[in-house]
Amino acid sequence: MQALYAQLLVGLINGSFYALLSLGLAVIFGMLNIINFAHGALYMMGAFVAYFLLNLGGINYWWALLIAPVVVGVFGMILERTMLQWLTGLDHLYGLLLTFGIALIVQGVFQNYFGSSGMPYAIPDQLKGGMNLGFMFLPIYRGWVVIFSLVVCIATWFLIEKTRLGAYLRAATENPTLVRAFGINVPRMITLTYGLGVGLAALAGVLSAPINQVRPLMGADLIIVVFAVVVIGGMGSIMGSIITGFALGVIEGLTKYFYPEASNTVVFVLMVLVLLVKPTGLTGRAA
Amino acid sequence: MTALTDDTLPVTPRAIRDEMVVFVVMAVLLAAVPFSGIYPFFVMQALCFALLACAFNLLIGYGGLLSFGHAMFLGTAGYCSAHALKVWALPPELGILVGVAGAFVLSLITGYISIRRQGIYFSMITLALSQLLYFIYLQAPFTHGEDGIQGIPQGHMLGVFDLSKPTVLYYVVLVGFLAGFLLIYRIINSPFGEVLKAIRENEPRAISLGYRTDQYKFLAFVLSGTVAGLAGSLKVFVAQNASLTDVHWSMSGEVVLMTLVGGLGTIFGPVVGAFAIIAMQQYLAGFGQWVTVIQGSIFVICVLTFRRGVIGEIAHYFRRSL
Repeated sequence: MQALYAQLLVGLINGSFYALLSLGLAVIFGMLNIINFAHGALYMMGAFVAYFLLNLGGINYWWALLIAPVVVGVFGMILERTMLQWLTGLDHLYGLLLTFGIALIVQGVFQNYFGSSGMPYAIPDQLKGGMNLGFMFLPIYRGWVVIFSLVVCIATWFLIEKTRLGAYLRAATENPTLVRAFGINVPRMITLTYGLGVGLAALAGVLSAPINQVRPLMGADLIIVVFAVVVIGGMGSIMGSIITGFALGVIEGLTKYFYPEASNTVVFVLMVLVLLVKPTGLTGRAA
Repeated sequence: MTALTDDTLPVTPRAIRDEMVVFVVMAVLLAAVPFSGIYPFFVMQALCFALLACAFNLLIGYGGLLSFGHAMFLGTAGYCSAHALKVWALPPELGILVGVAGAFVLSLITGYISIRRQGIYFSMITLALSQLLYFIYLQAPFTHGEDGIQGIPQGHMLGVFDLSKPTVLYYVVLVGFLAGFLLIYRIINSPFGEVLKAIRENEPRAISLGYRTDQYKFLAFVLSGTVAGLAGSLKVFVAQNASLTDVHWSMSGEVVLMTLVGGLGTIFGPVVGAFAIIAMQQYLAGFGQWVTVIQGSIFVICVLTFRRGVIGEIAHYFRRSL
């Protein structure tokens, strides 16, 4: 049973990353109509920023949690201002191709300087050690990742669904021209949205650095799984992305316990099943 | 939404004459390669990728469907052919047939699944399916995992042509390429191809006119996957191995890049793009991962400034269809 709980915890942690990343993809898609292929590369950048802060500047994990998303978010906003904004009105596919190119550039640059092997990132002192819960041993850092991700996800949901800023955002998703006519600076909102989505990816990167090591290709394979998550959940609803992300992480963890050979593929197989039964995805608006 | 190709020219006798002239020039140039002193291995490799890019282009350029998983057909056909040649010791012509059949069956299955969604969802689904297949091939015993199937015998095509001779192999690959190319050309200019273009331009309207667009897209997907399989089978004879790199998503990305550089929805663009990208990889091989950075930069530059691609720009300038 210990092993089962351990795999469930791993599943919840992967689920946190799926949720944070698919949430960002959904927010970006809503505003920019772009599927951000660079999301995995920017997640990796988040982890690297944390690594640099610690090893070059001696700045600890807690500051990295704040600084890395801001740095990567600003980088993302520069990308949006210099490149992505020129794609408005073009076919969606060009956004995919452009961001794929950006992902190749970012990953290639990091691979040149850091190779393909992973670099360790120490767990902060306050979160070291573990707790005995009676039925299992819980490493504190892992518990922290799950709870913190959940809080961030809920906060993002609250920001978009329940605040005035979020209302503007949702309105601009539906009808940007009309929202502009009310005197709201929609292009600036688009830039900020991209920054927010990308910042969430970077935050996930910082969270994963002590668990998965810091590698240039850490986001490359992850983003494909997240795409499958997005196909399963649909991008129509924020809460849908969060729930699907966590649920698929848990299912993956269970698969690791009961049938480890399929743990790499289970999310893709589920995607196929969902497409066969309900082609529009679980929270499904057709797109 | 702006269409992928902004200037669609009607199929006129002049357009067909232009295309046939260019085709003959291309065929003659390619046939002359063994006499020119150019390294035939390089051209053979480029021809395989050119055929793959043409097959990919049938979907994106004429059906408006961006497949981000076309490497799965290349790799699957490669594994099937390699297994048939090495383990079953079949002659080359049957080996190719087994590979193409493998890609055909795969495209039936993946097409049935992925055609259910459109636009970017279609791209994400094909990418996910190819990643699923990658993991299956990584674990399946017959692919030999990371090592791949190596040392594949080339044999005698139809019992006559000795494929271990580079020149003979070159002409066999060239014939395979030209056959696949002409097949795609025929498809594009058939009534079926016209309906496909109509679906790309305006799917709801095509549906309202009574076309069952899903069936057209499914057939286009299967045709594209099968021709991509032919490219994979031919590649086995050139490289003499079948490995996981042929199924990896980065290979799918390269095919997209080749077609984008040459020109989406142009007839000759994918060929030009494939030669350009393969040549670039050849000359920059010593630069390690900078090749990835350069490829990424080409993506960015093409999308931002050069969406018609090389052939697309030329065709646009001369107001011709190429």
